[in-house]
Amino acid sequence: MIEIKHLNKTFPSRHGSGEIVALDDINLTVRDGEIFGIIGLSGAGKSTLVRCMNLLERPTAGEVLIDGQDLMALSHKELLAVRRNIGMIFQSYNLLEQRTVLRNVLYPLELIDTPKDKAVARAMKLLELVGLADRKDSYPSQLSGGQKQRVAIARALATEPHYLLCDEATSALDPNTTAAILELLQTINRTMGVTVVVITHEMTVIDKICHRVAVIDKSHIVEIGSVDEVFANPQSERAKELILPRVKVASSIESGRRIRLVFNGESSTKPVVSSLVLECGVPVNIMAADTKDIGGKAYGQILLELPPEERQVQRVLAWLDHNFPSYNLEV
Amino acid sequence: MISDMLKQLWEQGILQTGIWETVYMTLLSTLIAYGLGLPLGVILAVTDKGGIKPVAWLNKVLGVIVNILRSIPFIVLMVAMLPLAKLIVGTSMGNKAMVVMLVVAAAPYVARMVESSLKEVNPGVIEAAQAMGTPNFKIITKVLLPEAKPALIVGAVISTVTILGYSAMASTIGGGGLGSIAIVYGYQRFKDDITWVCVILMVIIVQVLQEVGMFIARKTDKRTHQ
Repeated sequence: MIEIKHLNKTFPSRHGSGEIVALDDINLTVRDGEIFGIIGLSGAGKSTLVRCMNLLERPTAGEVLIDGQDLMALSHKELLAVRRNIGMIFQSYNLLEQRTVLRNVLYPLELIDTPKDKAVARAMKLLELVGLADRKDSYPSQLSGGQKQRVAIARALATEPHYLLCDEATSALDPNTTAAILELLQTINRTMGVTVVVITHEMTVIDKICHRVAVIDKSHIVEIGSVDEVFANPQSERAKELILPRVKVASSIESGRRIRLVFNGESSTKPVVSSLVLECGVPVNIMAADTKDIGGKAYGQILLELPPEERQVQRVLAWLDHNFPSYNLEV
Repeated sequence: MISDMLKQLWEQGILQTGIWETVYMTLLSTLIAYGLGLPLGVILAVTDKGGIKPVAWLNKVLGVIVNILRSIPFIVLMVAMLPLAKLIVGTSMGNKAMVVMLVVAAAPYVARMVESSLKEVNPGVIEAAQAMGTPNFKIITKVLLPEAKPALIVGAVISTVTILGYSAMASTIGGGGLGSIAIVYGYQRFKDDITWVCVILMVIIVQVLQEVGMFIARKTDKRTHQ
């Protein structure tokens, strides 16, 4: 169990004497055996938070308890021993470039002076688990991103840790590779009982493998709960923003009056756009749409372009005021 | 047009000795300079602000010493180091004394070379090593130095060539080697061909060092495989 209590982290400001608050009064518990997600936009503090879990970053105040043991109270040597029980993987893989795949996985075993034959056997078993046994003599530069992350996972698991921290581990990978890595993490969680903490800015990652999720925004945890709960009924503005897909529109699209319909948990069975067209008798152009059906409720946005005639625009707006209040008129 | 003197130098083996002295002074000085400069460079990199064990005062003190030694022109440093050479090797003349001076001049240079090589190691890899519970000393021996190896070898080649240049300068105050032949026979007795022969021999030595060094560096670097 990882317990974070009243954790604060401030960095001295680079300019002047002020301080930058990275984390403010963070409280959370990661339960044994679960996959716990922490989601937030970049700069929210999530990477700092995960680094506080193995004290790569020392919190300014608060407690970090691993299985009830207060990490802040440990000596440097004791801390190094605890870290061997907490594997970590990174967005940029961070493999030793001058070592082969096998020797990368052997690295953590060398630190604890595991006998060579035992270490090699263990490393090969892990390389088989991640599907790279045949690449054991390759160097990282010869591997693809997904393969590098697999090696990093094997390396992180070499000392049989109870915890695995994943810092944006799939953010540099394409969707297919991401899916495969997530599946691997899930397998590790299920078969080896490793508790996994996943840091990400991608909702799909949380959606796919996490049991519980914490939403972090501007140094605070704004929401925490089971993934189903948070997804179906996001309470905070940031959670809504992260969960509801944003519509991206290329700026080159022809000008004209546009309205943005925001679906924020309205019933997904109501045919808003066709009702609008039929009842107003105005042709509208769907320029972009990205909506998601979660438990019978619609989340997401649709961007419509209205015809140029002012009369028709007014008719649409009047209809929307009456039937669909959550829209934005864009110029 | 080859002067008689050049022929004589060759026949008497003076030129060959010169080549040998240059190579030996350069390599020996480089080796000793690395003995001092490598640990110094490691300390500079490790104790710096972003290093794995920042120790501001130590970094500052060593940094200032290195900067002072590096900012003194070699020719001045050489003269200033004469008493030190006498103290260490018992003489302020000859090749032994020259090695002392070359080491004093080269060690700080080597230290900065090593420092900058180590600072180029991907900070993410160091962080991963820390996350795996690596003690600081093992981060140096198992991560920093092996990961920086290709850069360190390139640095060693550049240092060796610089020291070779210094060794020629050291000839002016009593060192041996090709530099002294060029000065004593070529310059002072107006035999231009001897000067040129010495220059060409030095160029060849530099070329060989450079090519061999770079070949080893390329061979060791596993990042450029594919």
